[in-house]
Amino acid sequence: MITIPYLTALTTYFSYGLLFAFGQLRDFFRRIFDWWSQSNLQDCFNRPISSPPDAWFDVVERISNDNNKTLKRTTRVNRCLNLGSYNYLGFAAADEYCTPRVIECLKKFSASTCSTRIDGGTTTLHAELEECVANFVGKPAAIVFGMGYVTNSAILPVLMGKGSLIISDSLNHNSIVNGARGSGATIRVFQHNTPSHLDKVLREQIADGQPRTHRPWKKIMVVVEGIYSMEGELCKLPEIISVCKKYKAYVYLDEAHSIGAVGKTGRGVCELLGVDTADVDIMMGTFTKSFGSCGGYITGSKELIQYLKYTCPAHLYATSISPPAAQQIISSIKVVLGEDGSSRGAQKLARIRENSNFFRSELQKMGFEVLGDNDSPVMPIMLYNPAKIPAFSRECLKRSVAVVTVAFPATPLLLARARICISAAHSREDLVKALEVLSTVGDMVGIKYFPAEPKKQQLEGDRVKLE
Amino acid sequence: MDAMLSSFESMVKSASDWVAFALDAPSSRAVVFGVPIRGHLLVEGLLLVVILFLLSQKSYKPPKRPLTKKEIDELCDEWVPEPLIPAITEEMKYEPPVLESAAGTHTIINGKEVVNFTSANYLGLVGDEKLQDSCTKALEKYGVGSCGPRGFYGTIDVHLDCEARIAKFLGTSDSILYSYGLSTMFSTIPAFCKKGDVVVVDEGVHWGIQNGLHLSRSTIIYFKHNDMKSLQSILENATHDNKRAKKLRRYIVVESVYQNSGQIAPLDEIIRLKEKYRFRVILDESNSIGVLGSTGRGLTEHCKVPIEKVDIVTAAMGHALATEGGFCTGSARVIDHQRLSSSGYVFSASLPPYLASVAITAVNVLEENPNLITKLKENIVTLHKGLSDVEGLEIASDPQSPIVFLRLKKSLGSFKAELQVLEDIANHVLKEYSIFIATSKRSTADKCKLPAGIRFYVSAAHTESDLAKACESLKKATAFVLAGQ
Ligand SMILES: Cc1ncc(COP(=O)(O)O)c(C=O)c1O
Repeated sequence: MITIPYLTALTTYFSYGLLFAFGQLRDFFRRIFDWWSQSNLQDCFNRPISSPPDAWFDVVERISNDNNKTLKRTTRVNRCLNLGSYNYLGFAAADEYCTPRVIECLKKFSASTCSTRIDGGTTTLHAELEECVANFVGKPAAIVFGMGYVTNSAILPVLMGKGSLIISDSLNHNSIVNGARGSGATIRVFQHNTPSHLDKVLREQIADGQPRTHRPWKKIMVVVEGIYSMEGELCKLPEIISVCKKYKAYVYLDEAHSIGAVGKTGRGVCELLGVDTADVDIMMGTFTKSFGSCGGYITGSKELIQYLKYTCPAHLYATSISPPAAQQIISSIKVVLGEDGSSRGAQKLARIRENSNFFRSELQKMGFEVLGDNDSPVMPIMLYNPAKIPAFSRECLKRSVAVVTVAFPATPLLLARARICISAAHSREDLVKALEVLSTVGDMVGIKYFPAEPKKQQLEGDRVKLE
Repeated sequence: MDAMLSSFESMVKSASDWVAFALDAPSSRAVVFGVPIRGHLLVEGLLLVVILFLLSQKSYKPPKRPLTKKEIDELCDEWVPEPLIPAITEEMKYEPPVLESAAGTHTIINGKEVVNFTSANYLGLVGDEKLQDSCTKALEKYGVGSCGPRGFYGTIDVHLDCEARIAKFLGTSDSILYSYGLSTMFSTIPAFCKKGDVVVVDEGVHWGIQNGLHLSRSTIIYFKHNDMKSLQSILENATHDNKRAKKLRRYIVVESVYQNSGQIAPLDEIIRLKEKYRFRVILDESNSIGVLGSTGRGLTEHCKVPIEKVDIVTAAMGHALATEGGFCTGSARVIDHQRLSSSGYVFSASLPPYLASVAITAVNVLEENPNLITKLKENIVTLHKGLSDVEGLEIASDPQSPIVFLRLKKSLGSFKAELQVLEDIANHVLKEYSIFIATSKRSTADKCKLPAGIRFYVSAAHTESDLAKACESLKKATAFVLAGQ
């Protein structure tokens, strides 16, 4: 029988009480926030559209008879400038090269194979797509899936398992988090985009080994993203790779937002930052963004892809990617590479870069607090105060500019933001109009946290130097 | 522990500051035994005692000499990771046949026309003219992708129309679209089942469900495949000896037609048990929508159970509806909850609009042509009968299942060995008789333990001669392969 001193018992109870109270408090705040956002933010999200998500699109107006609890669609639409969709290269709308080929492909292969890749869902088109993607990304082989989310969450469980370690950036996408959890591997997190902290975590973990038994780890994988979609930041890939090499950890790079969008020929962050793709063990990406389609890919060594094709659940159990979507990817990659016989691809790439850098620098000049790096087409504008979310979003929409606002729980409670995604489809006039509107609304809502100063750009300029 | 202590300390400090402030008011000054005691002195004294006490407590960490930098360097140098993937063996080099045309009931492989039994194209809607039409129109109007998640301008009017159409067809109040069939289950389950909840699940469920359960971190109890006695005894145990269980949320997860065996779940019995033991039911209708029931409304219609009795219904649309993606349907509360907290819905780009448009058309076609269901049912009966006397194989599936699942009569002891034999049979049928069938391959991540088999996906578009030829060929091929064993 163990006897506990009275005081110890008391303090122990007290500690538990505190923990419990904090937990409850957090849930309580979350509930309050959910309730608040339900009644105040409802109309800022899930806005339906009735056209392709091109540079301009039709936002369907909604009305509410019960104070924003439920919203009804009307037949009225509002033609808005689209600053929200991930249409980086402008392939979302009908395209003179892609669309006829997609429709041709539909006639030949129909909308679905109704079968998995391993059974009867592999057509010549799928084989062509994988070759095309591997070639574009710059790796020996590729495997494609019908959804980006599933790509992450079905691959990690195959590669990692008990006794292995996944070290994940603290701001990684939910699909990576779920994939890591599903794998059963131990998960550690390193500070967002901080190679020195990654170094520290790796050292500690290798020295400590597995929890309790202290056996050495079987293998270690570091998972990072190319462009962080809520931050607009580029991954510090060269530094992270050199850390991983030092400690023999495998590198998994999710290029969902960077493939096609950055780099001289659109090949993503590796090209932009001068990293040899051979140094990245697993390169993942999605087709929902730059290529205006759906699905995701993994590229890597021939053996890796062979192994994944043998055992990855998404290859064995999921319907293969829809043929028209596959054709859209093939055609858009051809455009990007100039294999369509025009220079449209190169123009698109130049355009998105100019557009992004122009827009970012103008926003900064106006005094907005803009996150992210140069060349990145994603630029969050900090709002901080959650009360500013509906105001900002509605006022922009009133002026026919559609922006995305992001709040808790997708971001920390204090860091609510609006997120702009620039597209190659935006013309200079579009951007100028958007800037006017954002500036007016920014003044109204009071989110120009910095003084407007034209010289500030130069200070920012030498911080980020990427070519 | 240290962190807790320090947070405790800081809490005490801030609390005492507050008390001190209150006590500092002039009225709180008191004189005890001639010594004036000011409020804050008292509090500080108390605080001192607490701090001294905390300091005197032994840290629970065993005293440990930290490793030196050199030692860590050595450890890091010595550490050798396993290779990322195991060595590639011969079986990993399997390449599936490549189709040179649409995956209809007749397709082309290696330049030769074959009869296709690998597509879950139950109603024969692959290549259907109406579907092709609506698909072309949608592609022209909306382009291919939606370029964003539903929350951020990825909601297109066809998505809302499709959700409403499915709800109307199935008689539920609302439904929600997912962009991929596989993600439907593994997003829906963790949206409802949480840590500590009890989930009773069939041991034969597919990987999507297994993964969803794993992510939910619920307590999972498996019952014997499609065995209601086993289910009942587990429900009994889970609720009886455990008083706490009464307060937990409890779920039963089943598939209507099991991908891994072709068995059909007896829903009426499950509903009876669920009501008796007060569980909720999550039902995967992927292989039964458009197949079971007199009008194709799935297992609920088949078992004459009102759909309201099933709490959550999910389905992949890459089967009878001949499109892609998936949906979940049920009460408005069930759906609204997912719109806020289902990870595959919130964090992924929405279903390409043309696929939603195909889904709407497919439901319309299904409703307007009840004869498709009749034809499918006839075909199922014919094939089931024709395959029931293949020497060396036995049918594991239900006579009404659109998946006719055959396994080896004589067990070979291991999944791998059985799969290899079945694989040989499938290859032989394809090569010699131009009948395209598939075996039930299994991922290393899959925990299902059911035996391997050959699957025939029956379609309403298969002709009588297709079916006859399939039965004939399978018999010959099986005899050939088994004789060589
Ligand atoms: C980093 C990252 N990975 C994966 C995904 C998922 O891709 P998909 O939308 O194609 O499912 C996203 C999408 O937002 C993403 O940002």
